[in-house]
Amino acid sequence: MKETLYSLDIGDFERLLTVIQSHFELYGPTVRDSAVVYEKVETTRDLPQGWVDDQAPGRYRLEKTDSPLFFGHVVGPQSWKKYLFPAREQLWSVKKESAQVKRSANPQKPMAFLGVRSCELAAIEVQDKVFSHGTQPDAFYHRRRNDLFIVAVNCTTSSRNCFCTSMNSGPKCNGNFDLALTEVLDGAIHRIVVEVKSKRAQDLIAPLHLKTPSPAEIAAAQHAVEENAKTMARSFSTEGLKESLQNSPDHPRWNKIAERCLDCANCTMVCPTCFCSSTVDTTDLTGDNAERWRQWDSCFNLEFSYIHGGEIRKSTASRYRQWLTHKLANWWDQFGTSGCVGCGRCISWCPVGIDLTEEATAIQEGQE
Amino acid sequence: MNPSTKPKLAVWKFASCDGCQLSILDCEDELLAIADRIEIANFPEASRQVMDGPYDLSLVEGSVTTEHDRKRLLEVRKQSRFLVTIGACATAGGIQALRNFSDVKEFTSVVYARPEYISTLETSTPISDHIPVDFELRGCPINKEQLLEVIQAFLIGRKPNIAPHSVCVECKLSGKVCVMVAEGTPCLGPVTHAGCGALCPGYARGCYGCFGPMNSAQPKSLAQQWKRLGKSDAEIFRVFHTFNANAEPFRSMEKADAD
Ligand code: SF4
Ligand code: SF4
Ligand code: SF4
Ligand code: SF4
Repeated sequence: MKETLYSLDIGDFERLLTVIQSHFELYGPTVRDSAVVYEKVETTRDLPQGWVDDQAPGRYRLEKTDSPLFFGHVVGPQSWKKYLFPAREQLWSVKKESAQVKRSANPQKPMAFLGVRSCELAAIEVQDKVFSHGTQPDAFYHRRRNDLFIVAVNCTTSSRNCFCTSMNSGPKCNGNFDLALTEVLDGAIHRIVVEVKSKRAQDLIAPLHLKTPSPAEIAAAQHAVEENAKTMARSFSTEGLKESLQNSPDHPRWNKIAERCLDCANCTMVCPTCFCSSTVDTTDLTGDNAERWRQWDSCFNLEFSYIHGGEIRKSTASRYRQWLTHKLANWWDQFGTSGCVGCGRCISWCPVGIDLTEEATAIQEGQE
Repeated sequence: MNPSTKPKLAVWKFASCDGCQLSILDCEDELLAIADRIEIANFPEASRQVMDGPYDLSLVEGSVTTEHDRKRLLEVRKQSRFLVTIGACATAGGIQALRNFSDVKEFTSVVYARPEYISTLETSTPISDHIPVDFELRGCPINKEQLLEVIQAFLIGRKPNIAPHSVCVECKLSGKVCVMVAEGTPCLGPVTHAGCGALCPGYARGCYGCFGPMNSAQPKSLAQQWKRLGKSDAEIFRVFHTFNANAEPFRSMEKADAD
């Protein structure tokens, strides 16, 4: 479909959110407990207008400014995987008397995500490969994903932990969305330039009779995203990294990292591509009802590598090595893509600020 | 079910505050279902009626602090098919294990008018230091859902679903925002055994470590981060020396470990 652009003022934006909600359950960024998280949103008033984040390794601080921007922050502790691949989900249940296994229902209104960043689009594509494209697609994921309507946002700012330019995943949204927004600010004039990518998005917004943007607005939107790419603070060289990591299982750096790593698993929980889970079978007090649940798990959890006879990754060093090597190297062999999209979450939300770009670089360069 | 064929449950108290036993009574809604499936055969806190052993499942609260209790514990083990210890006292020695780091004689001479009446051991120790235990359920106090899970699991003969990983995992599973990263509030979650559902971070406070060290706790690295967040050596030493002070690796934390 030919790319079509529109220009929205705040009233138009509000009407856009309303029309989306007539077909979808809308989720987007909102401020809760000192962070921007993803939750159900209804109006522009729910969005983090004016909030900006300051991120560094092991640090995230939110601050309110008088900027009119709705998307002046970047990614927070949560990712969209919380909706597509929920932290805890019932798979099936069974009753003793009937011995009938009942597949859990998934009665959900189709979802729309508002404010999906370019790195997050890339992360969703990675999880699509894991859950949807294999020989055994995950039915729950597949359905939620098929119904999904995506309103992306081109980042015009980045945090000190963002490195999408190094991972070829941003900051401009290139594929796989229905609408993409870019906020432009010219003095006091705040407009949102919208790119329409899908036929269903075009049909959805047709009744809104939106304006065509001026050439100056189009240029300003493009410039803001390009400037962000140019000024991104963090860069990470991945050339030859896969081989370096795969050839360094005994590198002394792994033990060095293990002195700091807490095995807390925060990095894997916040990572938008990490997909590991374990299944938990429960029974009730009567013993007549059983349920099977799936819940996020992590290679940092000692018991995650438990097989008959014990855990196979007993040391913290071996667990950190598993995470980094899988993410940046073995993922290529497994899924034909990097497991890292450069969102920086694992760096910000590691309680001791371990920085995977620093560690991977050290291993590649042979530093101890 | 015929009463005589129901599995028999006993609850035993050693040195403790009774808080964990109260968690059983706290299972109001579930208590009827429990009473329907099992015979509460020996639980003085709930009923004066006491049935003789042996018991199918014994829940043991409290730590060992006297010679008398040590001997009584051996008897309890003999009478129990499965024995599960509940709470920080029974699994780690409890707050009273602070005596393990000090001189008990000096304490008794300061606290009691007639110290010669006091007969106590030098240490407060977990149940598993004295007898084999089948499962240890942590927490100060224990979480009632976890207790029900353990009882169900033992009744049916399966492994209890009690995760040994960090509180951080629960914190993230429940969608909470990390108070340490987002607010700079020191939190023990990364070294603490899961079980509470990340209760304190949900109320914008750091974790206090009620469930003791998780299975691969690294308190020294966390202590350094606490120091960067402005805590003093003395404060850091103190947070590792509370209800689970006697449990490794908290026990080995020295004042200088934050350096
Ligand atoms: S590894 Fe870290 S930076 Fe890369 S996608 Fe995951 S959370 Fe983001
Ligand atoms: S990594 Fe790039 S796309 Fe992702 S939030 Fe940062 S600037 Fe935006
Ligand atoms: S790298 Fe950081 S977040 Fe990940 S397990 Fe280690 S300490 Fe936790
Ligand atoms: S608030 Fe505490 S428990 Fe939660 S993730 Fe942060 S450090 Fe872990």
